[in-house]
Amino acid sequence: MILIWMICILLSGGILCWLTAQRLPLLAKWIALLTVIADMLIACWLFRVYEAFPDNTSWFINYQANWIPSVGISFHVALDGFSHLLLLLTFFLGILSVLCSWKEVREKTGFYFFCLLWSLAGISGVFIAMDLFLFYFCWEIMLIPMFFLIVIWGDARRRYAAYKFFIFTQVGSLLMLLAILALYFIHGRQTGNYTFDYFGLLHTVTDGATAKWIMLGFLFAFAIKLPVVPFHNWLPDAHSEAPTAGSLLLAGLLLKTGAYGIIRFVLPFFPEASVSIAPWMIFLGVTGIIYGALLAFSQTDLKRLIAYTSVSHMGFVLVGIFSFSNIAMQGVVMQILTHGISTGALFVMAGMLKERLHTRDITQMGGLWTSMPALGGVAILFTMASAGLPALGNFIAEFFILLGAFAGNPVFSVIATLGLILSALYSLRMLQKVFMGQQTVTVPVKDISTREFIIMAALSISIVILGLFPQPVIDTVRHLSTIHPSIHE
Amino acid sequence: MNELQLLALLPFIVLAMASVIVILLIAFRLSHTVIQVVGFLMMCLVVFATWYVKDTLPKEIAPLFIVDGQAALFTGLIIFSVLVIGLFSYIYFEEREENPKEYYILLFLATLGAAILTISQHFISLFIGLELLSVSLYALIAYLRNRNNAVEAGMKYLILAAISSAFLLFGMALIYMETGSMKFAGIATVLGQAGASPLFLMGLGMIVVAIGFKLALVPFHLWAADVYQGSPSPVTAFIATISKIGTFAVLLRFSQIIHLQHYPLVIIIFSVISIASMIAGNILALRQQNLKRLLAYSSIAHFGYLLVAFLPGNEAGTEAAIFYLIAYAITLLTAFGVIILLSSRQREADNLNIYEGLIWKQPIIASILAIALFSLAGIPLTAGFLAKFFILSAGVQQAVWLPLIVLVLTSVIGLYYYLRIITTLFSSTVSTESMPKTIHPFFHISTYITLVIMAGLLCWLGVFPGIILSSIRTFLLLH
Repeated sequence: MILIWMICILLSGGILCWLTAQRLPLLAKWIALLTVIADMLIACWLFRVYEAFPDNTSWFINYQANWIPSVGISFHVALDGFSHLLLLLTFFLGILSVLCSWKEVREKTGFYFFCLLWSLAGISGVFIAMDLFLFYFCWEIMLIPMFFLIVIWGDARRRYAAYKFFIFTQVGSLLMLLAILALYFIHGRQTGNYTFDYFGLLHTVTDGATAKWIMLGFLFAFAIKLPVVPFHNWLPDAHSEAPTAGSLLLAGLLLKTGAYGIIRFVLPFFPEASVSIAPWMIFLGVTGIIYGALLAFSQTDLKRLIAYTSVSHMGFVLVGIFSFSNIAMQGVVMQILTHGISTGALFVMAGMLKERLHTRDITQMGGLWTSMPALGGVAILFTMASAGLPALGNFIAEFFILLGAFAGNPVFSVIATLGLILSALYSLRMLQKVFMGQQTVTVPVKDISTREFIIMAALSISIVILGLFPQPVIDTVRHLSTIHPSIHE
Repeated sequence: MNELQLLALLPFIVLAMASVIVILLIAFRLSHTVIQVVGFLMMCLVVFATWYVKDTLPKEIAPLFIVDGQAALFTGLIIFSVLVIGLFSYIYFEEREENPKEYYILLFLATLGAAILTISQHFISLFIGLELLSVSLYALIAYLRNRNNAVEAGMKYLILAAISSAFLLFGMALIYMETGSMKFAGIATVLGQAGASPLFLMGLGMIVVAIGFKLALVPFHLWAADVYQGSPSPVTAFIATISKIGTFAVLLRFSQIIHLQHYPLVIIIFSVISIASMIAGNILALRQQNLKRLLAYSSIAHFGYLLVAFLPGNEAGTEAAIFYLIAYAITLLTAFGVIILLSSRQREADNLNIYEGLIWKQPIIASILAIALFSLAGIPLTAGFLAKFFILSAGVQQAVWLPLIVLVLTSVIGLYYYLRIITTLFSSTVSTESMPKTIHPFFHISTYITLVIMAGLLCWLGVFPGIILSSIRTFLLLH
């Protein structure tokens, strides 16, 4: 029940923002902030429930209510350690996204925060839904507000980017809907129990070819979201045109729903089919790592550059998931969290620069260190994190993934390791172009304000903590390894 | 015919009475408002009558009609639509200062035609219903005869509808020649013994042409865009909803009794038509700048989707189709209601320029239109999503994969133009066009409230379809 309250708080907070903003824009901002903070507090309080739960490998909150019983659809939400982590990430980045749009959004404030909060509600719905219909429902709900965020408050090419984003993801999700329905009917015919419930469908027996097709339906949706390389086309446009908070949510959360979907649905539902497709997926993952890094290296648009680093980092996630080893899976979860934080931070930084310089072109920046030492320091921290430097979270994540993948696919792991070198290249290039070198910006720029300092401090602290003490995270997701296909090991 | 049979026909009798009463009212030179209100009350009476006779169903009135749960559902939907359209008509015609009174006679006659289609189980009643519908529509489409496109649209519809009626008659004659019966059940028994002969299939093909024309399915869709654009907006709404619902109802009954889906050739024909409609409708709508034309192409595509639910020919398909029609009717009526509300005497609000940045000027109207468009696009939280979901589910159950894949891919194409209108609504450049002044506050406000209710209904159906689904099921059991 508490999970439904969390979503309701977000939804009603969004409506309240929209209503109040006409008269009092400032109040709307505070409402938005308090709404997300309230959810964050609830999510933190859930830690205690989690601790108190005797067996911390399973679902410590489980709530089910009837929705459309005649077709076997129920309102089933549940939480395990993995979902809980993702919820925490959602609300953490949610708070930051409200904060970083505090000054950026000047017009139509109410509708902006409405979209932001509803998008967060959709994303948290995706992470807790345990009914496939509900999952699909939330999967779609999170898109529409995001579409509006891009199309109304985005940059010059916002329409193009927003259409592309929506249409790409929609192709995938409709194919997933077909796959869900196919699974539903196969399960229904086998057992006579027509249901969309996750736990009901979990033990559906499908024969080889059918399983493969259905799995491809699911995988297609998640691969577009993740994004896996041939389907990554929407990402640079959407990320670079979206407003700062939009980029933050896209990179920090929306991409993670793809990874979440593969881990939660594809692997447990279709273990054999996943094993058979694993080499291809690892190949695509490695391609993504290298290709994304190379493209990131050649960008001049700061936000596009960061967007391509996401492609590269998500390649690691794909490799980790499909190497079916415990250690790699722990790395994947770490990567999900740390990438959300580090890339989110980079996007926030790009947003701050854009606010001051009115450009995203890194050839027009340079020598900003002298005028903005504080932001420069933070930027160094996060580019290093993105490059996978030890003591920061990303290092643990990528190291674990490579370690886990090496046992099964030494060749691909070696190639993937090259990605780390490339990431150092593009990160350093970015840092050099923006903060070092000749001072090209003549207009006086202010260093970060208190609000921005709070955002950056929160991000920095969390990335360092994740780098130094990853054990709590790894503990919460240890049970994920038990749903791996056992055949492989 | 005994009393009980007469009782089952009560809603239809009341419906026929409605046009007679309107004629009398005109004879007594009563005002538009009175006619409007009386028409409204008569339609309410029809709803009431349908509810009243519900318990006596199903009832066969041999040989022409059968009044069962399915017919009651379709009739209910038709009456609901005509209630809404009647309400919209008031502000639309009153502002155009032409004599709007005869309009209501034609409107109710056409509705009667559509309602007869839902209960017919005989070629004669089918033809009577279809002609009653078509002939009234000829006049309705060209009703505002001084306007640019109206007469063109009327002529186009007249000629093409006449040809399609000829096809229908010829097809019926061929089937009659082959089976010796005009009653659907009679045809079915002969077919069960002798099987389908080439002549029968040819006749069937002719009938498909006529039905395809009415439903604006590709390749019989050529009239759709022009007629949608040229007709007065309430009439466009009528063509898009009632006329198509009635025709689909008779197609459904015909196929249920004859077991049309048992013939592979029929399945192939309908699959091809459905796929062609989905593809052509969505692609032609992509670049449209005129909202009414765009809705015409989108409704071509939507009936392509609907045929996917028709293809399996099972219980789930029927349920899905009916739910789809309910969602579709509410959605389209909402969209046309917005167009009507924004139209003024000088211009029809069908150009997309008018809608630029509407959300910042008239947030409620624009949100209503946005909800309707989301519903057409099949986005969750709206009825359109669940409607599409049930169609997909009916299709997956029978494994008609090719039309399903086409449905998925084309609805993604469709997203583009719906999103285009929605972005227009939300664009930051606000259109400079002034909004029409409200001349008739009462009807204006009631139209407004109706729109709000219907948009709310769309969202409600999109989240809690349980009640509607279960009542569809109970009605379908009455056969």
